[in-house]
Amino acid sequence: MIVESAQGLHCPAGGFWVDPLVPVERAVLTHAHGDHARPGSAAYLCVAECAPLVRRRLGPEARIETLEYGERHRAGDVTLSLHPAGHMRGSAQVRIEGRDGVWVVSGDYKRQPDPTCAPFEPQRCDAFITEATYALPLFRWDAPGSVAREILAWWEGNSRKASLLFCYALGKAQRLLAELALLTDRPAYLHGTVENYTEIYRSAGIALLPTRLVGEEKSFAGELVLAPITARGTPWMKRFRSFESAFASGLLRIRGTRRRRGFDRGFVISDHADWPALLQTVRETGAQRVFATHGYREALVRHLRESGLQADPIGATQPPDPEGD
Amino acid sequence: MRRFARLYDALDATTSTNAKVGAMVAYFADAPPADAAWAVFFLTGRRLTRLIGPRLLAGWAGEHARVPEWLFLECITVAGDLAETIALLLDTGRSPSAEPPALSVLIEQTLLPLREADEEAKKRAVVGLWDALERREVFLLNKLLTGEMRVGVSATLVIRALAQHAGLPPATIAHRLMGAWEPSAKSFAALLRADATDADVSRPYPFFLASPLDEEPEALGERSEWLVEWKWDGIRAQAVRRGGGAYLWSRGEELITDRFPDLSGVWAALPEGTVLDGEVLAYSQAAPLPFSVLQRRIGRQKLSPKILAEAPAAFMAFDVLEQRGEDLRALPLRDRRARLEELVAGRSERLLLSPAVDAPGWAELRALRQQARERGVEGLMLKRWTSPYRVGRPRGDWIKWKIDPYSIDAVLVYAQPGHGRRATLMTDLTFAVWSEGELVPVAKAYSGLTDDEIDRLDRWIRQHTLERFGPVRAVEPVHVFELHFEGIAESARHRGGIAVRFPRIARWRTDKKPEDADTIESLRALLKVR
Repeated sequence: MIVESAQGLHCPAGGFWVDPLVPVERAVLTHAHGDHARPGSAAYLCVAECAPLVRRRLGPEARIETLEYGERHRAGDVTLSLHPAGHMRGSAQVRIEGRDGVWVVSGDYKRQPDPTCAPFEPQRCDAFITEATYALPLFRWDAPGSVAREILAWWEGNSRKASLLFCYALGKAQRLLAELALLTDRPAYLHGTVENYTEIYRSAGIALLPTRLVGEEKSFAGELVLAPITARGTPWMKRFRSFESAFASGLLRIRGTRRRRGFDRGFVISDHADWPALLQTVRETGAQRVFATHGYREALVRHLRESGLQADPIGATQPPDPEGD
Repeated sequence: MRRFARLYDALDATTSTNAKVGAMVAYFADAPPADAAWAVFFLTGRRLTRLIGPRLLAGWAGEHARVPEWLFLECITVAGDLAETIALLLDTGRSPSAEPPALSVLIEQTLLPLREADEEAKKRAVVGLWDALERREVFLLNKLLTGEMRVGVSATLVIRALAQHAGLPPATIAHRLMGAWEPSAKSFAALLRADATDADVSRPYPFFLASPLDEEPEALGERSEWLVEWKWDGIRAQAVRRGGGAYLWSRGEELITDRFPDLSGVWAALPEGTVLDGEVLAYSQAAPLPFSVLQRRIGRQKLSPKILAEAPAAFMAFDVLEQRGEDLRALPLRDRRARLEELVAGRSERLLLSPAVDAPGWAELRALRQQARERGVEGLMLKRWTSPYRVGRPRGDWIKWKIDPYSIDAVLVYAQPGHGRRATLMTDLTFAVWSEGELVPVAKAYSGLTDDEIDRLDRWIRQHTLERFGPVRAVEPVHVFELHFEGIAESARHRGGIAVRFPRIARWRTDKKPEDADTIESLRALLKVR
């Protein structure tokens, strides 16, 4: 029902592509990150919550249609529906029902709680295409609340320096602002890229820390600043005369990664499923046929085969997302 | 154990030296002395020898985490470290014991006895500990077991923290920590005691370091107030002859006795209760050999007869700090020098007395200094006759009057961000000279520019990057800099076939064009000066 093509994952019976790599006739989007929502396609379909974020990324000209979570939609010879993936606001799994049974494309997902989005809902299916970004048993996440407390303690400890926290500008940043809002009401400063998306979250009624845009202030001593990792090492940084830097990402589960990349601190918080969550999810779908994409997919495939499932890698081998997780 | 793990995290989580010292002071104030002693042991870079091999450890961990071998290997490849891989794989939401064993109890009562235990007993003990410890503690335990415990802090900071904690001068702590320091509650208490008598026979004295001459020597007063010696280009070292043994300590507080078996005759010839300060040199036919010759034998694991013959060592003594077990450091240099001359005379042909340079005035010395390179020395040392042997680098009594550095004009070709405070600025710079129409990198330099110049260059580099290799940027080769460096030697490991010592930026030569830069031939010519 889903085949691999040069354009990305293709559903010929439904006449659409899921998160296509290049412009196509009809794109179904799992979420609004740049490596999934790419410009140039003739029409896009995503969940309603996701639309403002896709609009921000793709511009006013893009043709975007929406579905509610769980709403069934006829596409060619198949019935398509979108279900919460828990990765970030508006993220969805794509469920496709047709002559060959039920197939589900997970998109990116996590099983941890996230105050900014609906939790992942496992879908029973015959074939499951799962992400495998962190598919090694050394990746296991601590509870997000305890990571948020670590971040707050770090911020409060830097009373005479700026606390520069790098993270994915869309999704991770707002999740952190929402987790921190449960612990404090001190305002945080935002890089412009983070601010753009944060306004969309706020207008959707999600409780976030109060925020201010980083302007031409002289000192940020004692302040928390959220910035995309792409801002690191740019002239934008020069305004921070004295700072500690940290990165919030699942990648930092590995101590060497933090040290090689020269951050003072690493906060291990990810919007992807860790190893136990991947195995649990595969189990809950009941799928006998599993495809793994991204990250350490080869390891997941081999492990699933050794536990008796039919498993294969799928999708292009992509270089790691430069923005990190 | 938990307290030490927290200290490890605190040290790991900051690059600020004040924060590191603060974390250590807090730890020393809080930890029981027996644990603090082991912490000092590891913080000062000392290590346990390996208790369990990595292969055995990996096997047990894979079994315990129920991870097949292929998957375990994948994980090691990604984490890059066995101790960490195990800690992460076993981090499965277990509930570790409320209070793990104290660091000293763990090491002395559980780990060290494992040396004698059979494999089954070792495994039982290790797996039991894994289950009882938190993630960071499991990591540290594994580092202890494999003998690879390292903490990211310099000895100077540890000494500063201990001094602050004890209310003693850092020099006292530094001296007490030198040599083979045995970790115990008793030795930790002795480290902090206000009036401790120092018993360790191998222990050297903290080194007296010279400061550079930053004015004309005439400003130092009468020539006759100063002892003048050559500044030797070797390894600064103290020779300690006590308790029937001999110990050679480098300035980095490394015991290097075994690196110089050809000096054993020197130690045997010294009387008991003697400490000499001097320089280890490669020395042949009444003249020092270049430092690069000595360097060749420093790197060797095994010293073959050939190496020993090519770079025979000698100890060039220039001070005596202890005689017949008596600390002489408070005596004026004039008295120490008299004793030294008597002590060294005729003992061994590998034991030399650093001669006094007896030119009568500053002008004559200035002329002699110009010959330093031909003589294979780094310049002159000026020592005040009335001075005691001090600690550290106080100004005024020991002064190095170094030869002018080598100087070349080179072109900036690569740049990458610096570290710490300079992590946002392009300050690690690579420079090249011409070789057959191509620019060949010859030196990296990090320092020498003003803050304004750094800002200006940083902007320029970002706008003129030709290509990026990870963090490294190739830039348009248009800017010429005058580089200074202290030494030059042939090197098979550098692309230009030449290695320079201590390169730094002297000036940004905005008046020069890249084609005005030096050539590899002009650099090679410098090799022949000495």
